[in-house]
Amino acid sequence: MAVSSSPADLSAALVLQPVAALDWLVILPVAWCLAIGAILLMIRHKGAAQPLVAIAALAVLVALDSALLWHVVQSGPVTMVMGRWLPPFGIAFTVDLTGALFALTSAVVALVGAVAAIDDVNAGGRRYGFYPFLMLLMAGVSGAFLTGDVFNLYVWFEVLLISSFGLLVLGSEREQIDGAVKYGFLNLVATTLFLITTGYLYGIFGTLNMADIARKAPGLQSVAPLVTLTALYTLAFAMKAAAFPVNFWLPASYHTPRIVVSALFAGLLTKVGIYALIRIGVMLFPAEREQLGQVLAIVAALTMITGSLGALAQTDTRRLLGYLVISGIGAMLAGIAIGGPDAISGVIFYAVHSMLVMTALYLAAGLAARLGGGFSLGSAGGLYRHHLLFTALSLMLFFSVSGLPPFSGFWPKVMLVKAAINGDASWLAAILLLSGFLTMIATGRVFLLAYWRPAEAQPAAAAEPLAITALLPVLALTALSILIGLFPETLLNLAQQAASTLAEPSAYLHSVFPAGGAP
Amino acid sequence: MKSLIFRTITPVIVSVMVLFSIFVLLRGHNEPGGGFIGGLIAVAALSIYGIAFGVETVRRAIVFHPLSIAGAGLLLATLAGLLSMVFQVPFMTGLWVYPVVLGEEIPLSSVMAFDIGVYLVVVGAVTSIALSLEERGED
Repeated sequence: MAVSSSPADLSAALVLQPVAALDWLVILPVAWCLAIGAILLMIRHKGAAQPLVAIAALAVLVALDSALLWHVVQSGPVTMVMGRWLPPFGIAFTVDLTGALFALTSAVVALVGAVAAIDDVNAGGRRYGFYPFLMLLMAGVSGAFLTGDVFNLYVWFEVLLISSFGLLVLGSEREQIDGAVKYGFLNLVATTLFLITTGYLYGIFGTLNMADIARKAPGLQSVAPLVTLTALYTLAFAMKAAAFPVNFWLPASYHTPRIVVSALFAGLLTKVGIYALIRIGVMLFPAEREQLGQVLAIVAALTMITGSLGALAQTDTRRLLGYLVISGIGAMLAGIAIGGPDAISGVIFYAVHSMLVMTALYLAAGLAARLGGGFSLGSAGGLYRHHLLFTALSLMLFFSVSGLPPFSGFWPKVMLVKAAINGDASWLAAILLLSGFLTMIATGRVFLLAYWRPAEAQPAAAAEPLAITALLPVLALTALSILIGLFPETLLNLAQQAASTLAEPSAYLHSVFPAGGAP
Repeated sequence: MKSLIFRTITPVIVSVMVLFSIFVLLRGHNEPGGGFIGGLIAVAALSIYGIAFGVETVRRAIVFHPLSIAGAGLLLATLAGLLSMVFQVPFMTGLWVYPVVLGEEIPLSSVMAFDIGVYLVVVGAVTSIALSLEERGED
């Protein structure tokens, strides 16, 4: 059976103690998504069964990720090493609070997206494979959040990138191919840079295990070019996260696919970049990130300002939301630039908020387009008169993304501004507030034109009430945003704990190397 | 392609190539080879078949849609990893059984199941691409 009776001392190479059942939660989200994605691929022609299987599976994924979060809160970071090889040789999946929080939020977003897709993705899109791609995308996203190995992180980036290509061209329209080429090109450049840098990292450290790198880095600071390494990683992940000036792919592509795909991308993809930046910059190379702090701060400020100014200039709601995604990324980058547990907890909180709210905003824009006749602000109008509940939900989302209380966007903004002022970067705090203000004007403009203004030509279907299934996804996400806004205590505590684990990763290291051992 | 020589020799080449791909797949455990390269050889065989007799013939010959084959492979590979759950060892740990068939000991493992999964994923995915390209070419 599994353990052979060879005379060699296996304890030096293999994990010999049995794995606790709860530790399986580390790998199950990924394995589950892969398995369900495979099954959906096999029943691709059964269009009616696809959404049911996918929604049920994603509900299970939310449960798995919740259980994982609970497990991590209870007993600290959890590790499982693939193929029972001891780290750093076996590929480790190590989950700390940051990873678990991101994974859970992404699962919630995916579940909501799958429900919204019932209406938005037609039979052709289903046969083409929307739901299998969604499950494989979630495998990639969950893998990226849960892995404890740099090269493995790269692999999950690829998995989610390839799935996102598939989702992006769903429908094969000329405009979509155009968007996909721009999106694909820059993302491939970023991924290649990530891979090259990882090769460089391996050359320096001789290991790819994050915990191993974290414990070796302080000793190598004086002899190895770690700042270069960090700068290269920062560039690669900044491309992924859509930071200025390497973000032109986002406004060029996010308005082309089906609205639910845009919503999922806005919620998930850029945040994976932010997560990787946190992991590399805050946990692995904190001293080096500090040296790059000034550059990062300027990039963050420019990202915020160009994002919100871009949003002001747009007349297409989908493009406008793309710029709001960028502006939010700028806010998170600002937190990473400032560093320190306070700022990082703000970033984590902001990321959770941004995943939920940006997805909701795209879905709301899709609904608004369906009700009010298109995405163009020039022709939309009259939603307020006929769809009061929907208008109210949209307004709440607009407030939330602008960072007004009592919604989820308020607290992370406060945390970031406070951290900026305490960290002697008052100008960054001012930019944060300014970008919030500009965002408010941009979303206010949408509200004024698309909702409040009476419709010029009364569309025939305008008076038709909205089906509750169509409204449910937006309703659920808005409710979450309000809930977080009103009772931020739990998430606040989690984010603070997560940030302190990142700043002082001894628990993370202990989880991977229980015996300690010399580096 | 309407070459009589090519059409006559194709079934022989294709059957040998498919057999060889399975040989490479099974050999891969301890020596050069494995699911990925074996899969590519099988795809090459199917492509030759498609060039000789047309895409429809290939689709009929492999019975299932190529992407369904890829899905089955992915599922098999995942399940091979999850098998470790039953034995309380970490994900993807190699598990072995040695049944004796006709006096011959045959080592079977979850690693092999994983590799067959990889083989099927490669066969399914790349065949799907190759057949689509070949179809466009015929227009």
